[in-house]
Amino acid sequence: MQRLLSSQKVLPYLLILPASLFLAAFFFVPFVQVVLAAFTSDDGFTFTHFRTMADDWKFMPALSNTLGLALVVVPIQITLALVMASLVTRLRRGRDVVLYVFTIPLGISDLAAGLIWFALLEQNGFLNSILYGLGIIPGPQNLLDYRNTAGLFVAVVIAEVWRATAIVLVILVAGLGLIPKEYDEAAEVFGAGPLKRFFLITLPLLRPSLQTALILRTILAFEVFAVVAVVAGNNLPVLMGETYAWQFDLQDHKVASAYAIVILAISLAFTVFFLWVLRDRTREAAA
Amino acid sequence: MTSLATTEAEASARAEPRSSGRLVMASAVIVLVAWVLVPIYLLVVNALGSVAAVTAWPKALVPEFDLASLAFFANYAGVPRALLNSFLVAGLTMVLSIGLGAPAGYALARFRFPGANLFRLAVLMTRAFPLPLLALPLTVLFIRVGLDDTIIGLALVHTTLAMPFAVLIMASLFMSIPEELEEAAWTLGCSRLSAFRKVVLPLALPGIAAAGIFAFVISWNEVFAAAVLTIENKTLTAFLLQSLDVSPLPLKFAGGAVLIVPALLFLFAVRKYLFSLWGIANR
Repeated sequence: MQRLLSSQKVLPYLLILPASLFLAAFFFVPFVQVVLAAFTSDDGFTFTHFRTMADDWKFMPALSNTLGLALVVVPIQITLALVMASLVTRLRRGRDVVLYVFTIPLGISDLAAGLIWFALLEQNGFLNSILYGLGIIPGPQNLLDYRNTAGLFVAVVIAEVWRATAIVLVILVAGLGLIPKEYDEAAEVFGAGPLKRFFLITLPLLRPSLQTALILRTILAFEVFAVVAVVAGNNLPVLMGETYAWQFDLQDHKVASAYAIVILAISLAFTVFFLWVLRDRTREAAA
Repeated sequence: MTSLATTEAEASARAEPRSSGRLVMASAVIVLVAWVLVPIYLLVVNALGSVAAVTAWPKALVPEFDLASLAFFANYAGVPRALLNSFLVAGLTMVLSIGLGAPAGYALARFRFPGANLFRLAVLMTRAFPLPLLALPLTVLFIRVGLDDTIIGLALVHTTLAMPFAVLIMASLFMSIPEELEEAAWTLGCSRLSAFRKVVLPLALPGIAAAGIFAFVISWNEVFAAAVLTIENKTLTAFLLQSLDVSPLPLKFAGGAVLIVPALLFLFAVRKYLFSLWGIANR
């Protein structure tokens, strides 16, 4: 009995030990190393790598493109996912099939998603072919012209919305499943229309899921990389792409680490921001 | 039961005057389904076209079922190796994530112990970081320990991505299996280990498989860390990314199609678990 009790105490720690050691070795240590690489040189603490990064003409465009993409893409994804989720929950037949189709992009890598939209938008691509077939354009148009930054930006937005709305949808559908039907039905009994019910009942009750979706999607949006590389090449610089270029092409992992710190910092800032903006105010009032 | 019947009756009664509303809804669903499926279909058209068809103008919208593009892709220098590497890395990631995640998930589900919340928080916290960036310092570390440009090195990084999911998924999975079953086995003379093996494991197996497939797909699809950490032993994503500027169109599109097929098959296999996985992983 005594032995059983003591093993009961030790066993859980033994069970989490491998995972903890792994996270320490491959999450915390590299994290500290990124910070060290970004802030130190041979003579100790330095901002040199950040200065090199900021002096590069691609830094400001990369920063503004990344933030701009997140700012445009994430709200579209949240709205579209809300529409999809509401539609799916109201479907009486074929609900599972439609839901499965909606979540398909979840299994598609950002690289493949980039290739899919490149196939549609390239000069001899499907969109041009269809528009030509309909007699709308006289011949192939270069939609992904390297001089047309706005066009490239829109192309990346479309590909990102296509690819990554599914993850928001899954989180929101899971969240909708947790809301008791009685609230909605009660509101209906009192004469609230579908729109009113959505904005006054569903949306507030969905807040925790919305918060999770917003935080996760925004962090992932700052990591946008392969879609941009395929659709826009080097003509639409983004932070993750510049990190890769400094690490791999320019072989300067210190400046790459400085970029990494910038991405970490804006990810953290937005996480805290969303946690604060979407905090549970009802509990605060009660306390 | 009666309330259910009345709400259903009400629902059908409401449906009549709102048939125009239903029509709008149905067309919205059709448009959105097409929005997801048509781009994938068109990539497949490209992948199943001859090399000439892929670069033709204007493009045909139906596949020729010509395997020339795919054959070109399969025989392109470096492709078979990259495909194999992708499978190996993803397979290893799957094994590592389950091997590390299952015991931790079991601990969180069955024991209340000081530090449990801290551990859970640490696992959750990893998700608030852009994890592929951690590949940067690991390049240096891997060179020192001889893991640079290896399948194992990349699988370790991908496990950092996949394991937090595995831990949380398994915790809820084991929580859904009644503790009483296990206790009954103990009273019948099973040790904790044999009770786990004979009672819990068979019940948990489908969920564990789903979590493993999830880990596989995460690794299979990952681009940044794969491209940073591999030079000779490129995965398919790293290969396609690094040859973007030089590879001809048929190679790109065939590569894209090959990249999405396993992911879609696996996703189809775990579709039943998808929502419970995510619903759990986000609480």
